[in-house]
Parts: sequence; C-alpha cells; structure tokens
Amino acid sequence: MTVDITTKYLGLDLTNPLVASASPLTGKLDTLFQLEEAGAAAVVLPSLFEEQIEHDSWAVHDLYEYSSAISPENFGGYVPEMEGYNTGPDRYLDLLENAKDKLGIPVIASLNGMSPGGWTKYAKFMEECGADALELNVYRVATETNTTGSEIEQGYIDLVTDVKGSIGIPLAVKISPYFSSLASMARRLVEAGADGLVLFNRFYQPDINLDELKVKPDVVLSSPVNLRLPLRWTAILRGRINGSLAASSGVHTGEDVVKLILAGADVTQMASALLKYGPSHLATVLFEMESWFAERNYESIEQGKGSLSQVHASDPEAFERTNYMRSLVSYSSRY
Amino acid sequence: MTARNTARNIARTNAENNGQNGGQNNAESIAQNIMVDGNEAAARIAHALSEVIAIYPITPSSAMGELADSWSQARQTNIWGVIPDVTEMQSEGGAAGAIHGALQAGALCTTFTASQGLLLMIPNMYKIAGELTPVVIHVAARTVATHALSIFGDHSDVMATRQTGFALLSSASVQEAQDLALVAHAATLRSRIPFLHFFDGFRTSHEIKKIIGIDRDVIREMIDEDLVTEHRLRALNPNAPKLRGTAQNPDVFFQAREAANQFYDEVPRIVQEEMDKLAGLIGRQYRLFDYHGAPDAENVVVLMGSGVGAAKEAVDHLVAAGEKVGMVTVHLYRPFSIDHFVDALPETVKNVAVLDRTKEPGATGEPLYLDVIAAFAERGGGPRVIGGRYGLSSKEFDPAMVLTVLDELAKDKPKNHFTVGITDDVTNLSLPVERQWREDEDVVRAVFYGLGADGTVGANKNSVKIIGENTDMAAQAYFVYDSKKSGAMTVSHLRFGPGEIDSTYLISKANFVACHQFNFMEKIDVLDVADDGATFLLNSPFGPNEVWDQLPANAQQHLINKRLKFYVVDATSVARTAGLGQRVNTVLQTCFFALSGVLPHDEAITAIKNGIKKAYGKRGQVVIDKNYAAVDSSLAALAEVTVPNAVSSTRQLVEPVPADAPDFVQRVTAMIASGKGDLLPVSALPVDGTFPTATTQYEKRSIAIDIPIWDPEICIECARCALVCPHAAIRLKVYDPAALEGAPDGFQTKPWKGRDYEGMNFTIQVAPEDCTGCTVCVNVCPAKSKAEVKHKAINMEPKIDHVAVEKENYEFFLSIPEMERTKVSPDTVKGSQMLKPLFEYSGACAGCGETPYVKLMSQMFGDRIIIANATGCSSIYGGNLPSTPYAVDDQGRGPAWSNSLFEDNAEFGFGMRLAVDHQTTMANDLLAELAPEIGALAGEILDADQSSEDGIAKQRDRVVELRRLLTALDSPLAKRLDTLADYLVRMGVWIMGGDGWAYDIGFGGLDHVLASGRNVNILVLDTEVYSNTGGQASKSTPRAAVAKFAAGGKATMKKDLGMIAMLYADVYVAQVSMGANMTQVAKAFAEAEAHDGPSLIIALSPCIAHGIDMSTMMAHQKEAADSGYWPLYRFNPAEADAGRPPMKLDSRAPKMSFRDFAKSEGRFAMLARANPEHYEELMDQAQDDIDNRWHLYEQMIHVERTAELAVEEGEE
Repeated sequence: MTVDITTKYLGLDLTNPLVASASPLTGKLDTLFQLEEAGAAAVVLPSLFEEQIEHDSWAVHDLYEYSSAISPENFGGYVPEMEGYNTGPDRYLDLLENAKDKLGIPVIASLNGMSPGGWTKYAKFMEECGADALELNVYRVATETNTTGSEIEQGYIDLVTDVKGSIGIPLAVKISPYFSSLASMARRLVEAGADGLVLFNRFYQPDINLDELKVKPDVVLSSPVNLRLPLRWTAILRGRINGSLAASSGVHTGEDVVKLILAGADVTQMASALLKYGPSHLATVLFEMESWFAERNYESIEQGKGSLSQVHASDPEAFERTNYMRSLVSYSSRY
Repeated sequence: MTARNTARNIARTNAENNGQNGGQNNAESIAQNIMVDGNEAAARIAHALSEVIAIYPITPSSAMGELADSWSQARQTNIWGVIPDVTEMQSEGGAAGAIHGALQAGALCTTFTASQGLLLMIPNMYKIAGELTPVVIHVAARTVATHALSIFGDHSDVMATRQTGFALLSSASVQEAQDLALVAHAATLRSRIPFLHFFDGFRTSHEIKKIIGIDRDVIREMIDEDLVTEHRLRALNPNAPKLRGTAQNPDVFFQAREAANQFYDEVPRIVQEEMDKLAGLIGRQYRLFDYHGAPDAENVVVLMGSGVGAAKEAVDHLVAAGEKVGMVTVHLYRPFSIDHFVDALPETVKNVAVLDRTKEPGATGEPLYLDVIAAFAERGGGPRVIGGRYGLSSKEFDPAMVLTVLDELAKDKPKNHFTVGITDDVTNLSLPVERQWREDEDVVRAVFYGLGADGTVGANKNSVKIIGENTDMAAQAYFVYDSKKSGAMTVSHLRFGPGEIDSTYLISKANFVACHQFNFMEKIDVLDVADDGATFLLNSPFGPNEVWDQLPANAQQHLINKRLKFYVVDATSVARTAGLGQRVNTVLQTCFFALSGVLPHDEAITAIKNGIKKAYGKRGQVVIDKNYAAVDSSLAALAEVTVPNAVSSTRQLVEPVPADAPDFVQRVTAMIASGKGDLLPVSALPVDGTFPTATTQYEKRSIAIDIPIWDPEICIECARCALVCPHAAIRLKVYDPAALEGAPDGFQTKPWKGRDYEGMNFTIQVAPEDCTGCTVCVNVCPAKSKAEVKHKAINMEPKIDHVAVEKENYEFFLSIPEMERTKVSPDTVKGSQMLKPLFEYSGACAGCGETPYVKLMSQMFGDRIIIANATGCSSIYGGNLPSTPYAVDDQGRGPAWSNSLFEDNAEFGFGMRLAVDHQTTMANDLLAELAPEIGALAGEILDADQSSEDGIAKQRDRVVELRRLLTALDSPLAKRLDTLADYLVRMGVWIMGGDGWAYDIGFGGLDHVLASGRNVNILVLDTEVYSNTGGQASKSTPRAAVAKFAAGGKATMKKDLGMIAMLYADVYVAQVSMGANMTQVAKAFAEAEAHDGPSLIIALSPCIAHGIDMSTMMAHQKEAADSGYWPLYRFNPAEADAGRPPMKLDSRAPKMSFRDFAKSEGRFAMLARANPEHYEELMDQAQDDIDNRWHLYEQMIHVERTAELAVEEGEE
C-alpha cells in the first residue's frame, strides 16, 4: 500500500501535508532537527515580533543608561556593556540562516510587524536570509471606537500588497476568523498577493488572576475541539479562492489531518500537540494519516483533497449551519 | 552561512558594536588621537603587556580592572598574541598574593588598585621587591581613610609604600598615564625592580582627554624579549628546582638585604634610558625630573601628579611676564636620584617650595619635602627650601594657589609647612589665596548641571569625543557628583581649545553654562560660575517670554550683571515627543553645539548623529531613530530670551536647612549641602571625625515627581508600605484620637480596626519632601478598590498637587506622640512599623533593596545598639556627609554608628562587643560591691530580665534610680559606676555590610567572629555584587549573572554563606527576603537579637545592578523565593538545644523555574542576548545549583545536632 502523500503549498513541493507551525519547538535548531526527523514536511519559525524588538531595544537602552553616572564610584553604569549582543532582528535571522543551512525541508519565516515600514523591512531580511516562504502573522485588536471594520480590512489588504511587492518568495497570510465576511476577506487577501492563507491564528488572550486581581496574558494549548473552526472554513474556502490553504488549530491526530485534507487543506499545521507530546508525535500523526488513506485505497491525498469541501460535500449547508438549529431541536425535544 | 546582502548588512551594521565606550577598542592598531581617561590610558598598556592580571574593585581604580576583564572577555590579546588571564580575587591582599605567585611561576603580571587596597598589598610588595621581581602595579592614587573615608585623590596611599622597595613612577596627566605606564613596564624588566606607576585618582583617572595613542609596534619596540626570557628563566620550575622565601637569621639577613643595592642604583639610569628610547619612538621626551620655566629661575616649585598642570599654567603666566620662576615635575620618585634632581634645576635657583599632596602628622615635613631637603643637603649648599600641603582628597588646586605659593616663596621669611587651598584658622598654616586667575580666552569652557539619571554626563562624554575626534582642538572633560545616590546632581566641566589643555582644575569662569534641570535654579547658584558675556542654556518648561518671571532673583542678577546671552529650550517636551522619556541629553547636546559654535552647524549635526550611532548602535535602530528625531527637532525649540534691565523677582534660593535646625547643622551641614563646603574653615570641623546623628531631617531634597497619597477608605492597615519604604518616607502611627486636636484640615485619619488598639486612630503619612518617588510602597500595597482595581490604598500622584498639604500634614504627624515601645510587638510587621524609624531619609538609590532592612532593624532595636558598618553602599548612605540618616527617638536614644574598613568589619564589631561586655561586667561587679549601700535595687538590676521591651524599659527606670542613689553616695566607686551605668541596660552590637565584605574581603574575619561564640548580630545586605563600586562580581554573585569582572556571565555558583555558618552549631543563621515573607524577616531579626551568641542574617537586597525596575523589587524577591533561587530559612541553635532539628525552611518548594525568574532581570537577560549558547549552559547549571541546594536543605530540616538527645530518643 503506497499512497502519494506529497502536496503543494504556496508553490512549494512538500513530501507530506504536515507542517510544524510556529512554536517554541521551531525556535531552536535541535528541536527543528527532531521535527524534520519525525517527518515534518516544512517548518514555520516562530514569529519575529517587530514590537518586541522595539521594546527590547528600549529595555536594554534603559538598562545601560538608567544606572550610569549616579555616583562618582560608578562612572559607567552597573551592568557591563556586553560585546556581541543585539536587540535587533539578528538572532532571528541567524536562526533562519542556520535552519536553512542545516535542514533539508523548506523553512517558512513568520513575521508580526507593527509599522508599515517594519513589515516590509523585516520581510526583506527574511527573504535575504533564505526563507522559502513568508508567513505574515496579522492580527490586531482594534480598540479604537472610531476605526471601522472596513478601515481595518483595507489596512490588511494594503499590508499584503506592500509586502508582496517587496519580496519574491511565496507569501502566506495567517489570519484570524474574526472578520464580518471572512470569505470576502480571504478572496481580497489572495487578490492582494497572498499565495495562501493559514486558518487560523491563535494568540494570547487575557485571563484574570483572581488572587492578585490582575489581568494576565496567557495562551492555552489547543485541543482537538479547536479543529472545528478551521475545518469549516477550509471547507468553505476550498475552491472559492485561488490560493493554498493551510489549516491550523486543534490538529492533534492523524484523523484530524485527514479531516482537514478532505475539507480541502493543502497542508495542516501542528503546534500544541507537538508541544504536548514532543516532536516525535508528528511521526505518529503522519503514520495515522497515511494509514487512513492507504486503508481506503486512495492513490494520493490529492485525490481526497477537498472531497468534502462545501463545493463537493453532499450536505453543503451543513458548513453554514450554526448551533442555533441544533439547540432549537434539542430544546424542542424535551417536550 | 549563506551570503548576506545589502539590506541584511545594514541591519547588522546598525546593531554592531561600534566601540561604544572607547574602552572596548583596544585594537591592534591605534589611531593617533584617542579620547580616553587616565584609567583607560594606563590599562591599555598594562593589558597589552601582561599575561596574568589579578584584580579587585576599589574606586577610583576599578575601571582599569573592568577594562582589562572586558578586553580579555572580548578575546583581545597582549602583544604576544595571547589573551591575558584576568582573575578577580577576594581582596587586594589576595590580588597581590596571586600576582606574587604568578611572578614566581614565570608570568608577566599586573594589578590595579588604590588607597586601602594598596595598603593591603604592602606585605606582598616587600616580598616581590625583595625577590627582585619585575611587575607593575598601576595605582589611581587615593586618600587613605583616617578620620573619614574619602574616595578622592591624593598621594597618601602611594606614600605609604615608599619603604617597600618598589620604584615609584608618577604620571601627571592622561597622556603620561599611558606613556609612563609603558616606561614602567619596560624599566621593570630591565631593572628587575618592581614598579608602582601612579596618577591622581579622579583628576587624572577619570579625566577624559584627547591624547596621542601609542600603537602596538611601539609597545613591542619598547619590550626586550631577552628580558622576558630572563624573567621566565628565573621562575620556579621542578625541572631545575630552586627555593625562594627562606627564613634567615641574624648572621646573614642584613648582608642579603644589602646585596640588592646595585639594582636600585641602576634604576634611575634605566628609567631615563627607557624614557629616551620612548622619545625616539613617539617624540615625547620625559625626564626623571622635568624642569619647566625660566632658564634663570630663582623661585621654583617642586611637585608631582595632576597638580603639575595647574602649576605649569601659573609658571608660564609668570615667565611670560618676565618673572624668574620655574617648576620641577617629579616622575621617578623612588629611587630618588639626588643627582638627577639637583641637576634638573637651574643653578640660579634660590628658593624652592616643595608641594606634597599628602599629610604625615608629626613628621618634620612631608615626604617629598624631606627628600628635596636631603638631596640639597647631600650635594652641599643649595637653595632655601620650604614645604607645604595641597589638594588632599582632591581638594581643588588651581594656578592661583601656585601663584600664591610662589609669592610666599619670594618673601624674606616665607611660611614653612604651609597649606594652600583651605582656610586654617586654628593653626594658621594656610596661605590666603588672594591671587586671581583667568584662563586662556581661546578655550571654550562649558559647565553643565544635570541629574545623574538624565543622561547629561553621557552626552557630555559624547560631546567631548565628537570635538576631540572631529577637530584639531584639544578636549578635556571632568565630572563632579554630589554624594547622594538618588537624585544626584552632576556637574560636567568641559574644555576645548586650540592649544594643549593643562588645566587640571574645575572651571570657575565658564563661557557656556547649561542647566539641564529647571528646579536647580532655585536650589543652587547655577550662574555663579558664568563668566561675563557667557551663554546660558536653560532647560525650561517656560518659553522665552515667560521664563524670566520664574527665575529667582540671584539668577536674574547674574544674567543682567554679567550680560549673559540667555537661551531656553523645553528639552523635556522635545525628548518626550521624540519618545525619549526623561532623557533630555540629546536635545541639550544639540543645543549646546548650536550655541557654542565649536563646530559648523551641519558638521555638528552629522557628528552628533554619528556619536549617537556609535554610542547606541548595539541597542537597536529604534533607539537611534528616536534620538535622531530628537536632534532634528531640538533647534526649532531653542529660543533666545531677552534679558530685562532690572531684577524683578522676589524669590530667593531655597535655604539648604530650616532656620530652626541645630547650630552645627546651620553652620556646617548647610554649607556642605549647598555645595559650599570648600569655604568652611578648619575650626568649623570636628577634630576627630565625630558628627551628630539625626541630621537628614534638616536636608529636604524634594526630588520626587510623584509621591504616594493615602486613601484611608481602602487601607487595610497592613503596614507593608511603611515597612518597605527605603527612605522612611511613609510612616504609620497609631494614636489616641485626642492627639488629633489641632490637626490641619487635610490631615487624614481613621479608626484602627484591630482589637489590639481598640478606640485608637491611625494614619499613614508620606514625607513629601523626603520621598524619592520610587513607588515600591504602591507596588506592595495589597488593598485595591473594589470598583477600580488600579486604585489602591496608596497611589502615586503628582507632588506638585499635594506637596503643600502633605508638608503640613507631615509636620503635624511628627508631632503626634510616638507609640510606647512596651505597647507593641516589634517582631511583627505591624508592630515594628508603629515604632519610629531611627534610620531615615538616607541618600540611598530610589527603591534601594538594602535600606528597608536597616530601617526595620533601627525600629526594632535602634534605641540600644551600636553598629559596625563595613565600607560599601551602607556606609555611604549611612555615613557620607553632609547629613546622617541614623536618628534618635524622643528620649534622644538611637543607633551609634561607625565604619572602620571594608575588610575588618566583623572584627571591628566584635571589638565593640568585647568592650561593651567588659564594661557591663565592670558595672555589674561595681554594683555588687556597692549593693550594701544601694540596697534591694542592686539585686533587681543584676537579676533583671531584659528579654523584652518591657524588661528593658524597667531596667532603664532602675538605672535612673541607681544614678540618683549614686550621686548621693559621692564615692569614687559610685562615680565609676555612674560612668558605666549605661552598660547595665542590654546593648546590642549589629555588624552590617554587603556581600563584598561578608563573602569576600571580610570573610576571614567574619568566620572568626562567627566562631567566637560572642553575642553579635551580623546583617549581610546581599546585593550579590559590589554595588557601591559599580557592580563588580563577588562570590555571592549567582551563576549566569553578568557583572563587572564577570562580563561573560559568572561561571561558578553562589557561595552558600549560611550553610558555612550553620556548621558552627551555635550560630543563629537566617536567610530572609522582605519581598518574599515580611513576617519572617521581623521574626529572624528578633530571634537573632535574642540569641546569646553570634547571629548571621543574610538578606536579599535587590539593586539597580540587577537590571530590574526597582519599583517592583519586592515582587522580584517573591519570585526569587518561589523559584528556589532564594530559599528562606532560619537555623536556630536553641531548637537544637531543645532536641529538635535546628533548621526550619520558611519558603516552599520551588514552583517556578530559575529561567522564568531570571528572564526578568537584566543581569541574566543580557547574557541570553549576547551569548545564548553559554547562557543556556549556565542556566542549566544554575537550575542544578538550585535543585541541589533545595534537596540539601530539605534533608537539613530533619537533621538533629544534639547527639545526646538523639541517642535518648533512639533508646526509647
């Protein structure tokens, strides 16, 4: 039983549809190796956060400047100014270069910018350091009561246009599901130059610490239940937009991968399950997925890709239904 | 690595090290002109010519060790292509010993030191010299502590080594510090005589100057490889064994001592030859004694060190006027070559004044004077010689003083053994300086007043480098600081000029004055220093049309009388808009260049930007961009002010102390506090260094911008804010509501809820003018508004809105009667805070982690303790003039305090204990002897239980009664007992200091005192670095932390001092952390005091050297405990005596990783940025340290110490 499990994502030929998405595991060379070893077809490095770089620069600047010249016994600050440190993007770019140098699989860089100039500047750096593709991690919490949804959306479109115009490598855009019209937005992003979309972002959400009465930013690992959202939207967008689709969030088992492929994903991205079970878990998932297709005598996963997308499913309305109907039914059934 | 292309390289370049502080570029090839200070000038030669460098921090020489360490960390090699091995030792004594050993084993060595450090090296210096071993010790000469410590410069340390057999070579300037360092290294190899190369602390060590660098080829040329080989061949080597360091007897020792004579005889010739050789290579000619002046001079001064610069200006001035005067600069002081000296002087000389920068009480004269006398005497005849002292502890020494000395010298009967630069109205030795001095008009003389934290000093260092490096002008910068660590004022003195700048003194007539903080205008006479027609730049929130009305009268007067050109810029706003926060330096620097015209406008802007890029390149593009933006917007905000013709202000400078302060404070403290200490005559000062305490209360510095304001509605009376306040500026009082009579309207109060003081009220009150605005109190306040969580029971609010009301409130608060000590439980958080702090308003840094412990100790026991304080931060904020934070209670009792040295503090306190115990015994014996006459009271006193506040209070009452009875007795025995009666009341001894003392330099003594069994309490304020000298690593520094002398991250684990002490079974040991468990701290203090034997408390004290936001220091302490990094425990021998395990763990098993704790502290985080691989390695090891130690402690809490009890239990 051999199934062709290769796939194409952002124009890249991948050996299988399992991509290790941005996580601490993709931030270090040794775990990157382990992921490749376990069968990852590509890796997405953790996001370079422009905001963090700026914050870091100021923190270091303050560290050296604040304590200097406070007494005649302390002429030059308390912490010795170190050699070779940097607060800019160099650490990230070094990781990218090293990963490209040492790994055989495609390396996708990820960027979370802040300023228009920052997005394009860092995107170029990443291309120059050998990234096979770039994933833009775009999400901003729009708190301004005067900013409209269309302004935000146009901002995203402009951003993608700018970045695409400044680089030659394929571009993926990782988006959140929180758009009034996600399908339209997806189309516009692709038309603006995105070679593919990653569904979806998972980001820090604030929690409240009841002991200290403080807001604490936190991220919780995904669970298989999170799969449903990308599953729905993969299925909806398959065939509706002219770009690759990567499904992310809640991919924990081989069956999860299968579902997403059937829904229409070109690749699936995993992070939480790998953090939970270790990089080698990827091999298990790969085996499970391959077995599923093999046992059902698929020639290739391409064959099944999108077979259950909204366009191709037997019950296309199911992807549009919300929980309202089911609730109503269950409510009624009690009588 | 793949090829990098343009854009990436731009990113790289921006982030690259561009030689941030000059100290980082001891490169192979050195540019002709370099901007360095004296320390760097000497250190670059020393590093290039050494293999083994042993270091130890001491101001003002620390920078030499720091530079050597950082160069070696950066893999910079010596001239033989090898990286010198730089090692920090536990003391200067240790450094000297290590050097001695390394020399014996064949290495080329150096070390750097000053003052007490040099004194600690003396025993080894005798040995090194006795063994004819080539080495150079570089010394930034500093005052040796006598009646007081001083970090500043004079020759008292160097003079204490005259007898060691070292050659003493003196450099008078930054240029010489480099050039003669090389001569010293070359000459020591040739002569085999070890060299001490010295230059004046601060004046030369910290003066930044444009000098001509020496490149490596010249250094190589100066060193004879054969001599290096000879040195190596003399090394101890088992392949050709020999023995040194014998013990000799009366038969031969003397002859052997004389056997080295010819080596000393050769030194002057060798040094001169090396100076000549160097002159051939670099063109600068030095002589053992350099004569300068009229060839037919009659009156000549002789001196060495930085005073030479001032003397040269004075002599040149007089010679130009046709006077027959001259000067001799002493370079090779030991061995003193009589022939070279006498021959250096013109034969016409009739009178010589020898100036010594040291004092030798009781001698017939100071050392250099005696040498000169002897030289002339030996040669026969010679001129008349007088001697005088100048410049002790960096006292100003300027050309006017030299003119005065030359005037005196020309008199028929000049005053001998004079002093110059002070007013001695007691022994009348001083020469009155009536001469005026005007500096060369060509020289731009700029004086800048700034705050330590506003970047003024950094910007001026930058400016002087810009001018030095971009023009042909000579450039010089020197910086003066006040003695406080929080809100410290800095004064920068910058000179630029076409010719050589020899002016080694402060600018007294500036043609450019800048005041970077508007509030200085009403505190000090900023414009006193302005010359006629000078330019004045003021950072002002008021525009050109409004500012005049905001100035005090004295400033208006100066502006009018001196016809000053007056400019204002709202640098604070420009900086804020540019995103630079409080850092106004870039804006004001740009305005300085615009107004001074030192450089053409465009050139200046480009140079400033290049300077920014160079200084901040590594910090990231965003830092550079925002500073650039500040440069670009500065000039638009600069405006000239039209100065009116008449003074309109009625405002005067704020008085430094209130009018009702005690006499001494009015006469002395106030003068020092207002920067006029130089004007105090000898008679104003205590003869033995004894000062009154409780004087910080008179020095209201008012440095906070925001202050905490209490909201009684929310307060839960936990007292944490008062406990943690580093400056005792938040206080708690519980009192009878009747005391509220006459309270000001704004005074806040509320009923105490606890049942312990039912019916009483309480108030949390801020001292608005003593608060430094550190915010630690607000951070620890646990009471939050239910409706708005960010509003707490205390909140930072703008001082300007509250100061008037709170001043009045605080005054009233102080008048409320203090709680009686017998009515509180001082060993609790709340109880201790109801007691008056007897340590208040110190000059410690805002948010200091040490002072809350000191304050707590003062509240718990301050009325009955003597403190022995090791040199360090705690001795500076505790004992640096002008004012003293140790205070007194309403009975006039309070801590008596003294500082001996850095290295001997445990022994010093131990001696206090011995004295107190001895006098207590004497008092007890006398009382027993007098019992028949005194009656029952004698027995009551002798048997008194003084273990509680109540017991102590009763004993005090008994002693009052005893004294009454003794007066009536009127016998010699009664009189003796009367003088000793204080010792009948329990008196505690607290031995206090930092980790540098306890873990390193003072550990031997500390260990001995711990072993003594005597009742002393040792408080280690553990900041985990040498905080006072600028953050050098100690053995307390944790693994993976970056510190000076551990620039690559400390590779070894923190010493477990507590565990070492526990091995002495009778020592009480506690490891505490206020932020982790406040109750445990108070308990530990109480148990330590109660323990009748040695007690050791190790207190975690966050410091700005940790690279944290100090307002959150209590939270950091909590995380330190939560991560197991700083476990809390108490080891109480009393428990062992009761058959229980003596150790108790007071914190829980680690619940967060060390990495998580470490990531929020700059000292660890910087290593992660600079060297991630090494960081990871050290982090793993550091986690192992923590895990292993916790494992050990967990076992310890089950360990019983008392064998007998354990056996009994076993038998049961």
